[in-house]
Amino acid sequence: MANIISDETIEYVGILAKLELNEAQKERAKKDMADMLDYIDKLGELDTDGIEPMSHVFDVKNVWREDVVTNTDDRENIIKNAPGEKNGMFEVPKTFD
Amino acid sequence: MSAYETVIGLEVHVELATKTKIFCGCSTQFGGEPNTHTCPVCTGMPGSLPVLNKQVLKYAVAVGLATNCDITRYCKFDRKNYFYPDNPQNYQISQLYLPICRNGHVDIETEDGTKSIGIHEIHMEEDAGKLIHDEYDDCSYVDFNRSGVPLIEIVSEPDLRSADEVIAYLEKLKMTIQYLGASDCKLQEGSMRADVNLSVRPVGQKEFGTRTEMKNLNSFKAIRRAIEGERERQIDMIESGQKVVQETRRWDDNAGDSYAMRSKEDAQDYRYFPDPDLVPISLSDEFIADIKAAEPEFREAKKTRYTSEFSLPEYDTDIITGSKRMADVFEETVKFGADPKKVSNYLMGETMRILKEKELDPQDITFSSASLAKLIKLQESKAINGTVAKEVFEVMFFEDIDPEEYVKEKGLMTVNDEGALRAVVEEVIKNNTQSVSDYKNGKEKAIGFLVGQTMKAMKGKADPASVNAMLKELL
Repeated sequence: MANIISDETIEYVGILAKLELNEAQKERAKKDMADMLDYIDKLGELDTDGIEPMSHVFDVKNVWREDVVTNTDDRENIIKNAPGEKNGMFEVPKTFD
Repeated sequence: MSAYETVIGLEVHVELATKTKIFCGCSTQFGGEPNTHTCPVCTGMPGSLPVLNKQVLKYAVAVGLATNCDITRYCKFDRKNYFYPDNPQNYQISQLYLPICRNGHVDIETEDGTKSIGIHEIHMEEDAGKLIHDEYDDCSYVDFNRSGVPLIEIVSEPDLRSADEVIAYLEKLKMTIQYLGASDCKLQEGSMRADVNLSVRPVGQKEFGTRTEMKNLNSFKAIRRAIEGERERQIDMIESGQKVVQETRRWDDNAGDSYAMRSKEDAQDYRYFPDPDLVPISLSDEFIADIKAAEPEFREAKKTRYTSEFSLPEYDTDIITGSKRMADVFEETVKFGADPKKVSNYLMGETMRILKEKELDPQDITFSSASLAKLIKLQESKAINGTVAKEVFEVMFFEDIDPEEYVKEKGLMTVNDEGALRAVVEEVIKNNTQSVSDYKNGKEKAIGFLVGQTMKAMKGKADPASVNAMLKELL
């Protein structure tokens, strides 16, 4: 295992992902992440000079639609996905910027 | 105190005037009931797939071309990750690596002549939803109607040096984008938003000082005050030996002060990466050439043409071309055969007065050019006098009336019956002996009073010039 994930890193990733991990979970996550990075490192064994970075597996481009309204009011169904609802709005924990 | 130079760069968000959102077929119309313009895509439901609105791309390219940018032929979208309840996907779809436009500039007029302001890039992205806070409940509420509304963000180089330059730059962008029809660019309503990045440095110093970013600026006045306030604050800090901290500050225009929102300690780590749900965009020369060919006549060109074609003074052309809508009304009304200077007078005078009084934007003008042309003709042919014309215009401004019919219906036509006028004038002369003798004794102004009395007796439906002539004849 070439990659080692530090405690600080796993702590930071936890904050970014809004996850609270206990000690056992942290240890497991550290190992999983290191394994993933090792796997990615295999790319380093290949000669990638002059190869453009790829963001998509398929060779598809220019998928777009015309500017025409196709969706009608479906609030009743959309709001069913809300954890809580009031006056047609999604209820969330109090949040200020 | 040593002299300081202010260095400013702007991030300007502009809401595009598309009918639908950037990645779904929901309406962008303003003012709907909460969440009535939403779908699984713009509420970030798992499994939903975004599809790009072609019109967003066209508008972004049009703005890029008009601001002298290089158009990125091969571009794509990236995810900007952050948690906030108004952002249902937990990422905003934006462009980091290959923004649609780069390396542009716009020219602004300053006291020292023309200055070129660099545009670093323009990228396409989606707007967030709206958070509503309840004072009493321990909850916030989200309306996703704005979520997914298309935006472009125009990032300038740090080339601006004063509030005047910032406002000139914003005006220039606003005019350009309005003329393209890509947005109405209303600061008050948030369809144009400017974040100000500002730092100060001693004059002559090459390196930039530490900058702050100021948000929540929704009028040119607020922008000016915020820039002046932040400049003072930073200079005070430096002068008193403190260090300016890199942070985001929120401007409170009522208090005339700003406060820190986020400091560097909890600086965001957005972990940008290419959005795998959206395929890359590859633009052909044709695509770009078509947009270039459809470019409208911009403000500067219009001003020059109005001067040469209609002999309008610069003062007039400045006001008329100050909004695309007003320039359109002007041109259409002239096409209906109205005298250009008279049209211009209506736009600069009555129209601007009503707009100001009702706190409306010139873009809100709804009266028809045909009606304005008719009204001007009615006045020209002396069928109605100036006072009546103004009254009719005011009605016409808010209601869809035909001025000719309205004047007939309400009996507002000028009385052109000379006999009737003569009788009234004779009566006025008889009843106002004091003014008559004043006039005869050389008080020229006394005639004004007599004209007024005659107009009153005629219920305003006389032509003041005819009344004047008749009075002079009979005195």
